[in-house]
Amino acid sequence: MIEMPEVTPTDAEDGVQIDLISGARMEEMASMEKVRLILDGVRDGNIVILEEGLSPNEESKLIEVTMTEISPDEFNGIEIETYPRSETADRSFLDRLMGRESTKKLTVIGPANQIQTLHKDENLISALVSRK
Amino acid sequence: MGLLTGLRDSIARVTERLFSASDPKRIGIYGPPNAGKTTLANRIARDWTGDAIGPESHVPHETRRARRKENVEIERNGRTVTIDIVDTPGVTTKVDYKEFLEHDIDEEDAVRRSREATEGVAEAMHWLREDVDGVIYVLDSTEDPFTQVNTMLIGIIESQDLPVLILANKTDLDDSNVKRIEDAFPQHRTIPLSALEGDNMDEVYDRIAEYFG
Repeated sequence: MIEMPEVTPTDAEDGVQIDLISGARMEEMASMEKVRLILDGVRDGNIVILEEGLSPNEESKLIEVTMTEISPDEFNGIEIETYPRSETADRSFLDRLMGRESTKKLTVIGPANQIQTLHKDENLISALVSRK
Repeated sequence: MGLLTGLRDSIARVTERLFSASDPKRIGIYGPPNAGKTTLANRIARDWTGDAIGPESHVPHETRRARRKENVEIERNGRTVTIDIVDTPGVTTKVDYKEFLEHDIDEEDAVRRSREATEGVAEAMHWLREDVDGVIYVLDSTEDPFTQVNTMLIGIIESQDLPVLILANKTDLDDSNVKRIEDAFPQHRTIPLSALEGDNMDEVYDRIAEYFG
């Protein structure tokens, strides 16, 4: 779904591909399309950065689908990082009533065996990314 | 005719509400692996029914299927609260079978356990979205609560508008830090306890009756 950058396979083997996906692009997608987009990228060894993150329901589906795809020596699952602030707690009564969810939080997702969180607090996420 | 239909519908609604109010609430015990969920579930089940729910272990992902104990009647201040306890597998975003090898488990068994663990986590997420009426969220108070799994799960629970109690477990250990958990989730009530030793269970039962009764 994402157009591949113009690099030769040799270049790709030397580095780690990072996909930064805008909120506008995600807005048009259904929940399962978002989950698929993320997992396809991560299973290719890419780091996926979402400008506006996922809703709690989508995060729940992402965990569930990730679990069904884990297989020994091939895919160990994902590492996912967002700021540890509960956005849903900030929703107004009207937002909750209308089912509007404020989930705009930068989210980083990568293969569990390639990304390691070094530090995380309310304002900063620091992670180490390694090649396959 | 319209009046009769309307009357019948409203009687059906009232009956349904009366019965659903008396049905036991299904309370899911959630949390990361090794927080002591099964130890707590067994403690509650033994205290009020005499039976245990499942085996406890130091090996992560010992609970790989959601297990339900029905009709647990908790007596508090002269009234009885009936709940179904659902002990769920610890939630994670990754499972590596090699981690089981460190616990003297052979490779074939480790691969089988990791497969069951992943199925168990998927099952736990499904229960959370569809089948529980309240959540007891168990955390190991010796560990940092600011993890991604905790942040996401609490967010998912809040988005479902489920009542939630946070239990800061393992207060019998020296490096237990309950305040760190209170600070991480200030919007929820945190209760310290040792499910293993049975410390502070009276307060746990008071709050269960208050939140889920």
